[in-house]
Amino acid sequence: MRHMIQAIAAADGIAIGPALVLRQQEITLDRTPIPPIAAQWELDRFTGAVSSARRHLEGKLSAAQQATGRERAELVAVHLSILQDPLLEETIVRHIRDGGKNALCAIADGTQELVALFQALSDPYLRQRADDVGDVGRRILEHAAGVARVELNHLPADCILVARDLSPAETVSLDLGHTLGLVTELGGRTSHTAILARSLGLPAVVGAPDLLHRAEDGALLILDGGSGIVILDPTLQQLEQYRREQALRAQQRQTLDALHDLPAQLLGGPQIQLCANIASPAEVPAALQHGAEGVGLFRTEFLFMDANHLPTEEEQFSTYRAVAEGMGRHRPVTIRTLDVGGDKALPYFPMPKEENPFLGWRAIRICLDRPEILRTQLRAILRASAFGHLRVLYPMIISLDEVLAANALLNQCAQALRQENQPFDPELEVGVLVETPSAVLLADVLAAHVDFFSIGTNDLCQYILAVDRGNPYVAKLYDPLHPAVLRAIHAVVDAAHRAGRWVGVCGELGGDPQAVSLLAGLGVDGLSMAAPAIPQVKARLRDLSMADALALAQAALAAPDLAQVRRLLADT
Amino acid sequence: MVERTVHIADPVGLHARVANGLVQLAQGLPAEITLHAGEKRANAKSILSLLMLDLGQGSQVLLRAEGPDEAAALDAAADYLATARE
Repeated sequence: MRHMIQAIAAADGIAIGPALVLRQQEITLDRTPIPPIAAQWELDRFTGAVSSARRHLEGKLSAAQQATGRERAELVAVHLSILQDPLLEETIVRHIRDGGKNALCAIADGTQELVALFQALSDPYLRQRADDVGDVGRRILEHAAGVARVELNHLPADCILVARDLSPAETVSLDLGHTLGLVTELGGRTSHTAILARSLGLPAVVGAPDLLHRAEDGALLILDGGSGIVILDPTLQQLEQYRREQALRAQQRQTLDALHDLPAQLLGGPQIQLCANIASPAEVPAALQHGAEGVGLFRTEFLFMDANHLPTEEEQFSTYRAVAEGMGRHRPVTIRTLDVGGDKALPYFPMPKEENPFLGWRAIRICLDRPEILRTQLRAILRASAFGHLRVLYPMIISLDEVLAANALLNQCAQALRQENQPFDPELEVGVLVETPSAVLLADVLAAHVDFFSIGTNDLCQYILAVDRGNPYVAKLYDPLHPAVLRAIHAVVDAAHRAGRWVGVCGELGGDPQAVSLLAGLGVDGLSMAAPAIPQVKARLRDLSMADALALAQAALAAPDLAQVRRLLADT
Repeated sequence: MVERTVHIADPVGLHARVANGLVQLAQGLPAEITLHAGEKRANAKSILSLLMLDLGQGSQVLLRAEGPDEAAALDAAADYLATARE
């Protein structure tokens, strides 16, 4: 059915290809009771489905064991045990024999019976295991009904994924060799799918309601990630138009790729360090491919969110080490300590229901109240620092005492590791993520106790302008080019440089080619952004003279309003 | 039949990974191993019944082994629970 949908632009790029619709296959259950003589046949059907599912999971297990995901392998191992659990078998057999049900009904009902038992448990982590029981039951049902499930990490051919939503776990495990683009019914520009798609350079559109009803599996789709447009069953004319656009962009990319090994050096001016923002080791190859000189922000939340328990020191260490080694000793990797809060809840860690999660118990506040959590993370970071060039970044700092407390913990961890004879980088640098007005105003005080600053313009802009960018009534007020935000950036750079400290920008503003001239003029030492944005930013900087950058910055700092700032940028 | 009360060492209690380890261990032993907590009973070869014991932080459980080589089986299971961690 020909259709053009205008949804939310999540990640730039054009994708043209067949849709792979991730739809939960409806399996119809025939509730007609079975005669007793049919019971054996239904039992055989059940055991056959379990064998088939077992073979499939065993294949997944060995694949997972060969890949780097120890975590994933263990999850599959648990599912295999559930699959072969005598209690599961007993339950489903009972539904066939005593309940007079056919195999499909017995599997569905038996699973539901066990799921209900799990949902009644008192331990919240164990309650969540109901999902695992449900998943295994669903798998047996699919094998019994002869229905295939799509495995995202091994796609059959190039396609555009169409789904209701993609969990962080699914997005990270995507078969990137075959995924042309993503489109989901749910999600917004700052949702996990969008952020990851941007850093992988995968065109993506989100917030396309009713999509699953309209999209046909295998039908041709055009995705324009930059405009949020999805075209189902395009005309020949539309296809030609978008193919031409695709070719044009590929050519532009080639020109930019030629800059790969060149520095982001201003004309007659300083070099600015361009780094990538990442959320998982999977993004390291893309970062290197786009010429990242380091990782300016490694968001560690996925380790905590994509898990059913607090990640252990070993698990964290192996992830941080993978990134450290992947980027190499000459490319610094800045790891931000745990930054979760009421809006990014963890299933295994009870967090209070807050009226104002952005002004609430989050990030460094949780870590300092629960030092075991921070200690585990810092130990993992310290141990990983022996394998590359790491830096630590504390989020949401508002006071000096937070920095001192965190540093004290870091020193204790270093001491302990020394006594355990575990190597780490003694020069490990520590920084503050400047994202609160308090940190801006106290920048001079904080600068004396850390090695560098990184300015998180996204949250800084929200707090300074008192705007929730996710609130549709006021989202239009959110703009990091607002003079108040620019003056804040200037104050932080000034305080940092007076104390001889490095200062970078890691918010979205840093990857905006329009804004980088301004940031260069403000004296920022580094910019960190989604990897695909690096080449264009580099091209912009190499074409900029320091004199022009300084003049632009001065004029912007004197601008009375946003309109004036935009006029100044438009003139460049 | 031999039995012993053991303290589950893992501070989070008996969770999936550790439970799975116990299942693998029990499957290799000839004796029948069961766990008892209050009214509930679990077969050490059944991960679901182990998880449904709902053993959270700081739990104690009665471990029972019955059959060939039961003493050795009890020791193995008890040692495992005393040292395993998520």
